Amino acid sequence: MKGKPEDGLLISPIRNGTVIDHIDAGEGLSVLRILGIIGRTTEALSVATNVESRQMGRKDIVKIENRELLKEEVDRISLIAPKASINIIRNFHVERKIGVEIPSEVIGVIRCPNPGCISNANEPIDSSFACQPRGYRCRYCETLITRDIASYII
Amino acid sequence: MHHIISIKEITREEIDEILDRASAIDQGAFDPDALKRKILAILFFEPSTRTQMSFASAMLRLGGKVINLGSVETSSIVKGETLADTISVVSGYADAIVLRHPKEGAARLASEFSTVPVINAGDGAGQHPSQTLLDLFTIRQSMPLDGIDVGFLGDLRYGRTAHSLAVALSRYGVRIHTITPKGLELPPSLTDDLLDGGTEIVVHEHLEDIISELDVLYVTRIQRERFPDPGAYASIASGYRVTPEVLTDVSDRFILMHPLPRVDEIDTRVDALSCARYFQQARNGVPVRMAMLQKVLS
Ligand SMILES: [Zn+2]
Repeated sequence: MKGKPEDGLLISPIRNGTVIDHIDAGEGLSVLRILGIIGRTTEALSVATNVESRQMGRKDIVKIENRELLKEEVDRISLIAPKASINIIRNFHVERKIGVEIPSEVIGVIRCPNPGCISNANEPIDSSFACQPRGYRCRYCETLITRDIASYII
Repeated sequence: MHHIISIKEITREEIDEILDRASAIDQGAFDPDALKRKILAILFFEPSTRTQMSFASAMLRLGGKVINLGSVETSSIVKGETLADTISVVSGYADAIVLRHPKEGAARLASEFSTVPVINAGDGAGQHPSQTLLDLFTIRQSMPLDGIDVGFLGDLRYGRTAHSLAVALSRYGVRIHTITPKGLELPPSLTDDLLDGGTEIVVHEHLEDIISELDVLYVTRIQRERFPDPGAYASIASGYRVTPEVLTDVSDRFILMHPLPRVDEIDTRVDALSCARYFQQARNGVPVRMAMLQKVLS
């Protein structure tokens, strides 16, 4: 991560782990939540929020030490940070860059906002949403979530 | 295996196939033993006597047999069994399942756990494809579906029969006209779906403004519960009431439809007019459901 002074002031480089860059400003904490990092955690974390960015105006950055994100975790991030770029760091070097891909189907990640939906009843199923141009559509009740997707994350 | 869950995933070709078959059945062209030795399980988790009887009648007319859940109160459902478990068990007893359930998406879930075809007979505020197919069938008895002008009157926000019918009609290049009280307009997500599909939607304030240009008027009930103030309800409901006077200028092929039961949204004096098709519409439930059963069972 050398040669990026604008990050360096706020968060120091990490030896091993994951850097999630270009998160929409203000969504950094939601990214942590979507990764299941809430409350007490053993991971060394840094979150920078509202950092100036040439591309995005302002952005958030999340660094997680000693954890390399899995493919499905990366897909989850796409829900709230579709422009994010993910760098897997080993020994201070970018080992791998992963672009975020919007999956065609999101299973077990978001809760259906419709209280009358069978996916909110006590049934042995995961919630399932199809990604469509205008939002995420529930496979069961066909409710469409068009905004504030982070607040529906399970 | 073929389920019938949501009108959204039934193609125009499949709709036409079911309606063609229903037409033939309606004219007596069907084998009364077509579904001999087949068993249909009717699982209704909320009462809807007519839909239930209509499916049972359709099955019996094709020579099949019907088994029934019985009363929900006495069965294991009250003991907290999941719908998934009920479906897994019942699909071992029958060749097809007709399901009605208060939760939206229940029929989709059932199709995931069933080893036999599932027909959705209404899931909460969600889909009710057999109603939509019989509505289409009723229109087609009077005129071809393509390019007609269909008016929807009443509660279009919560009226699921109107939603499904509008979606189905969008496959036929139909122009949709809406006449609703404030607050009971089509939900924006449905409007967007219809517009995306290239359907033209025209919003009118008064039925009188458009009635003479309509081929079909589909009336839905405005429910009292939607209005906290009974006075407000009465004055709004009376403004959307269909009377013989409102229908004086209609076109020759105009028909008036209603999913029934009605309360007072259509004046009973209208029943005698030749355009009144709601009782015919209800009768059409049997041939259309016979065609649906044949589609999934053969
Ligand atoms: Zn849902």
